[in-house]
Amino acid sequence: MNIHEYQGKQVLKQYGVAVPEGHVAFSPEEAVKAAKELGTDVVVVKAQIHAGGRGKAGGVKLAKNLDEVREYAKELIGKVLVTHQTGPEGKEVKRLYIEAGSNIEKEYYLGLVLDRETSRVTLMGSEEGGMDIEEVAANTPERIFYEEIDPVVGLTGFQARRMAFNMNIPAKLVNKAAKLMLGLYQAYIEKDAAIVEINPLVITGDGQVVALDAKFNFDANALGRHPDIMEMRDYDEEDAKEIEASKYDLSYISLDGNIGCMVNGAGLAMATMDTINYYGGSPANFLDVGGGATAEKVTEAFKIILSDKNVKGIFVNIFGGIMKCDIIAEGVIQAAKEVSLDVPLVVRLEGTNVELGKKLLNESGLNIVAAGTMAEGAKQIVELVG
Amino acid sequence: MSVYINKDTKVLVQGITGSTALFHTKQMLEYGTKIVAGVTPGKGGTEVEGVPVFNTVEDAVKATGANVSVIYVPAPFAADAILEAVDADLDMAICITEHIPVLDMVKVKRYMEGKKTRLVGPNCPGVITPDECKIGIMPGYIHKKGHVGVVSRSGTLTYEATHQLSEEGIGQSTAVGIGGDPVNGTNFIDVLKAFNEDEDTYAVVMIGEIGGTAEEEAAAWVKANMTKPVVGFIGGQTAPEGKRMGHAGAIISGGKGTAADKIKAMNEAGIEVADTPSVIGETLIKVIREKGLYDACKTH
Repeated sequence: MNIHEYQGKQVLKQYGVAVPEGHVAFSPEEAVKAAKELGTDVVVVKAQIHAGGRGKAGGVKLAKNLDEVREYAKELIGKVLVTHQTGPEGKEVKRLYIEAGSNIEKEYYLGLVLDRETSRVTLMGSEEGGMDIEEVAANTPERIFYEEIDPVVGLTGFQARRMAFNMNIPAKLVNKAAKLMLGLYQAYIEKDAAIVEINPLVITGDGQVVALDAKFNFDANALGRHPDIMEMRDYDEEDAKEIEASKYDLSYISLDGNIGCMVNGAGLAMATMDTINYYGGSPANFLDVGGGATAEKVTEAFKIILSDKNVKGIFVNIFGGIMKCDIIAEGVIQAAKEVSLDVPLVVRLEGTNVELGKKLLNESGLNIVAAGTMAEGAKQIVELVG
Repeated sequence: MSVYINKDTKVLVQGITGSTALFHTKQMLEYGTKIVAGVTPGKGGTEVEGVPVFNTVEDAVKATGANVSVIYVPAPFAADAILEAVDADLDMAICITEHIPVLDMVKVKRYMEGKKTRLVGPNCPGVITPDECKIGIMPGYIHKKGHVGVVSRSGTLTYEATHQLSEEGIGQSTAVGIGGDPVNGTNFIDVLKAFNEDEDTYAVVMIGEIGGTAEEEAAAWVKANMTKPVVGFIGGQTAPEGKRMGHAGAIISGGKGTAADKIKAMNEAGIEVADTPSVIGETLIKVIREKGLYDACKTH
């Protein structure tokens, strides 16, 4: 789960990480009020969306007076920002962060992430602040430094100092930077983050080390033990169908195509998308109904697929191990009754209780094309959708 | 022969009184798996499906000599269950539980360093040596005893591949689901090594998916060490970047972990990769025919 920059900074503050003063605003009036409260010569008006690259897309503005604050806030609220991380459709700005301007002397990069190869959390730092770190990694990998963290002792003082020296942070500020890194690690561990990025981390004219941005992503599997983080979830930033699916514990991802897919198991669901593409079609979604699905859950899954107006046909591909084929059949029949099914439906059933499942579908009177294998089913739905 | 488990494996079920565990305990017993004990704290002294239940793994091992544990404990407590299995010096712990927080697994991995226990999973279907021992949640009937080893990050995709093999009369020595999480116990290389050393395994099917670099590392290992033919499949060839495809580990980020990279690495290691999941079986049969192993692998 992602959170906004201003929420990330609230979390960081709890761990002693220096961040500029700021307030969230939902309207130009609130933005002006926030700027007045800050009382600084320059304030920064920052669009809050769950995507990076906001600066380049015109989502961050420097305002020198209250009129400018109002003007920029008006311009940004409701604007659709397209960055390299939003996709071509972009994201609509609904919240702004009004922040005190900082006297930036130099920008750096700092991040914490899980290294899958070592199964350890790793601190990454670079002198190349403010840039896309993936570009730095591709072009000048020698300018990124890493510290692998032992979970028993956590990030150590010497590792943090070594990182600060490697990043060429001025010697007199190394201890301040190291302290910030330790706070950042503490936040990462205690809140079960998956990624934390500070880009840029800055040193200011008055000798402070400050997190000027904060990008947090949290481990979805650990949210249950962090109600404070759960409260920060912004449903406006998520796909409505994905939110609906998550209520029923269905793993659903919206895609651009027109063939709706319902599959059990993440691997098979991905492979089904691949197979549809292989035969020249284009999937509308990834949907894993899981192993323990009930007929009700299958019905909901079906409704979610059909709520996507792009869907011109549906392919149900089930290899029942734990998931029984008759349960899937019942769910499909129930859903078809509840919503008027007016697109072609191809069903491939295999595995546990397959005969019973097929019998239920045959006797349902629904217009269903039965497929023997995944490949056959994919070919059929691609032809039917045309 | 087989790898990891066989007819003599004595199995302990952690979290045996939960509904999922109960269902699968029955299934495993029906398949012929020797389940000697269950563990649920506070339910020690009772019995489930004729299996004695203990309060701790230590008690269960002392009383029954169990050497492999299967874990169905709910996610918030599953990491602790793995630690308990490791502390009891079991040969292997197979963790079926999905949705374990990643940082819990980071600690578990650190704790396991230098310890005896092999962990398979979490978030995996388990391990099966057909006709001898089934540990996990896979449907038993789609398997057939034989000589092809199967290793996979995905549960249902393993069923798909195994089913195709069995339908063609190509049995399996052992099928190992290593799970779809970013931090797990046993990896591809561990299992490939075991299959390479197992005299009863003649060829291997390796099923990967997008995310991470485990397949690339495995391919490099195959190139340098493997003496048996390997065929493969990679799920998620058409998955968009930045979208997590169900498994916690299945995500392409920063241009890393793409299917194209993995397929390239596998091809360079001499691993033939099936174009679609429907032809995994066909691809294996083609390769074992070329290597003159078809007759040896054909069981019926």
